[in-house]
Amino acid sequence: MPLTISTDATSPQSDAVRKEDKKDPGAFSCPVPLPAGERVLLGHGSGGKLSVELLNDVFLPALGNPVLDRMEDQAVVSVNGARLAISTDSFVVKPLFFRGGNIGSLAVHGTMNDLAMGGAKPLWMSVAFILEEGLPIDMLRRIVSSMRDAAADAGVQIVAGDTKVVERGGADGVFINTTGIGRVREGIFLSANQAKPGDAILVSGTLGDHGIAILAEREGLQFETQVTSDSAALHTLVDALLQGTRKIRCMRDPTRGGLSSTLNEIAASSRVGMELEETAIPVREEVRGACEMLGLDPLYVANEGKLVAIVAASAAQDALHALQSHPLGKDARIIGRVTAEHAKMVVMRTPFGTTRIVDMLAGDQLPRIC
Amino acid sequence: MKYLDEYRDAKIAHGLAAEIRRRSTKPWVLMEICGGQTHTLVRYGIDDLLGNSVELVHGPGCPVCVTPLEMIDRAIALARRPEVTLLSYGDMLRVPGSGSDLFHAKAEGGEVRVVYSPTDAVQLARTRPDRKVVFFAIGFETTAPAHAMAVLQAAKLGLKNFSLLVSHVLVPPAIRVLLASPKNRVEGFIAPGHVCTVVGCQEYQELVKEFHVPIVVGGFEPVDLLEAINMLVAQLEEGRVGMENQYTRSVQYQGNQPAREAVARVFEISDRKWRGIGSIPLSGLRLKQEFAAFDAERIFDLAEVRAEEPSECISAEVLLGHKKPTDCPAFGARCSPEKPLGAPMVSTEGACAAYYQYRRHVAAV
Repeated sequence: MPLTISTDATSPQSDAVRKEDKKDPGAFSCPVPLPAGERVLLGHGSGGKLSVELLNDVFLPALGNPVLDRMEDQAVVSVNGARLAISTDSFVVKPLFFRGGNIGSLAVHGTMNDLAMGGAKPLWMSVAFILEEGLPIDMLRRIVSSMRDAAADAGVQIVAGDTKVVERGGADGVFINTTGIGRVREGIFLSANQAKPGDAILVSGTLGDHGIAILAEREGLQFETQVTSDSAALHTLVDALLQGTRKIRCMRDPTRGGLSSTLNEIAASSRVGMELEETAIPVREEVRGACEMLGLDPLYVANEGKLVAIVAASAAQDALHALQSHPLGKDARIIGRVTAEHAKMVVMRTPFGTTRIVDMLAGDQLPRIC
Repeated sequence: MKYLDEYRDAKIAHGLAAEIRRRSTKPWVLMEICGGQTHTLVRYGIDDLLGNSVELVHGPGCPVCVTPLEMIDRAIALARRPEVTLLSYGDMLRVPGSGSDLFHAKAEGGEVRVVYSPTDAVQLARTRPDRKVVFFAIGFETTAPAHAMAVLQAAKLGLKNFSLLVSHVLVPPAIRVLLASPKNRVEGFIAPGHVCTVVGCQEYQELVKEFHVPIVVGGFEPVDLLEAINMLVAQLEEGRVGMENQYTRSVQYQGNQPAREAVARVFEISDRKWRGIGSIPLSGLRLKQEFAAFDAERIFDLAEVRAEEPSECISAEVLLGHKKPTDCPAFGARCSPEKPLGAPMVSTEGACAAYYQYRRHVAAV
């Protein structure tokens, strides 16, 4: 069988930099095509509705095929009977260095995680650098050595690479593009279209740490307790989870667009509703504080070391214990359940017992004026 | 989190809601003025907790929403000038003017940036003498002191490349329009706590006297709002009319004196147009002649732009509390936050956008 390569592309954007545009193509489709003369906006890279619009209007009509059209975090292709997971990602994070990592470690973790969410063991990676003229070599050395450490920790080899240099102003320091290849475990078939009413929704830990760490660094915001990015490779956490139960419908890492985008994608893809318990959703005190101050909602803030799992109700406790037994999952919680009602909508029960929608945003979340 | 968790406490909220339901003998029509308050009410489903004891209608206090189309068009025109760096609060960027928005102006090559404070804009002007830095100064009485301080700082530094595109509105004139309207149904107001933190309570006291309507200055958390509603219902049920302050942890009767002085030093009262409502006499602020050198409208030749709201939009009636967002036939269909027809759909603090974002499942079920 020929090797089918699946890629997805996005515009660089100011925040946490991820691709993973894998949704039910029809789910949020805009009835009107993009108008003539329209230009790419930053919001087209946000992972929200504008990203979906770009996919449906530009990429899928031209590049669609049965593998790509599944729109998962990773493409799964068979080669001589082995199921390989393939994922690609671009990293344009600003600043390049932040509390908890840098663009190099983030690139490795992000790529590994997209493979891991498909139940694959990550094996190999390629890395392409786009460097801006004038970048200090020392800075590049630090980034590359972080990549080496992150790859070694994850047991992954970087086996191919490329370098391009563009004129000053043609890039912002360093852009990194990666491809990851892994092998899907026997008997594991995960997909965002498999959520069923009654299933439990789990998250592996606190939400919003990465996005707030980046924002604080970029804007020079000072808080009493500085937030550290959660950037981490999740494949060993996935191992622990799969040892706890095999009744997992799907896993996602809620990166760009945060938990809300991820859950809206799954709800749309599986044509189910979701109901979350606001009080069950873990958010660090300092992240909450920063979000309150900036008028942001942590459910829309990026994570780089968390996973969301949709698990059969009968296995929810096993899955929770399995996650909590791993250091990266010690704050794991069951945050809600899949419902037959209000299909394709994510609804949250407030502490007051009332409900509200948790919608997918159009573009990036914007700080409010007051 | 201190000063937040206790004001989001479910037990206290349920207790207050029960008290309001018990006390209320008819569905009193109450209006919260500020968009931040609307946001909280809708996000937490406070109206659901209250059942038929009160009817909450939503006021015109969303600064992003009421900024007129022409001002947005002017900001876009400025952003398109090669020598200008336009700075704005984040949520103004995707608000459509008559043709485009600031995000598109940026994509077309305009230098547009989000800042968190107008003093950041002064700082930028200082470090970038090659750029003409314009800050899009919108908002109510709450943002005016910071804008005034930015101008005073720029004056002190002798900056020649800093200016404000001012679109400032004031709350009391809008309430006056609303109360004077023959269609008015509002029987009590929750006044905007942050505005009163700056300007104090006197103007609201005057409204109470003039229109014989109860006003309670309220905060922004669910318990604040329930407490304010409870205070209003108590007044209405007991036949009392007065100005009361629920938000005592922030609001003093005299307001914030240094902030008021800074505003009075830099700005003067002027007529202003409100998006969705129209022109209201003496309802806004403009820079005094003395500070004309910092007034973008006087520095740059900004052609007079006229823009009309789509006729299908009922925003005036929503902003004045005559109708609910869900009364509009375009709601959620031809009008959404991605493609807003009018003012209250453009920012999450607008009543239509708050309903769309948080509550449309109720209609869908």
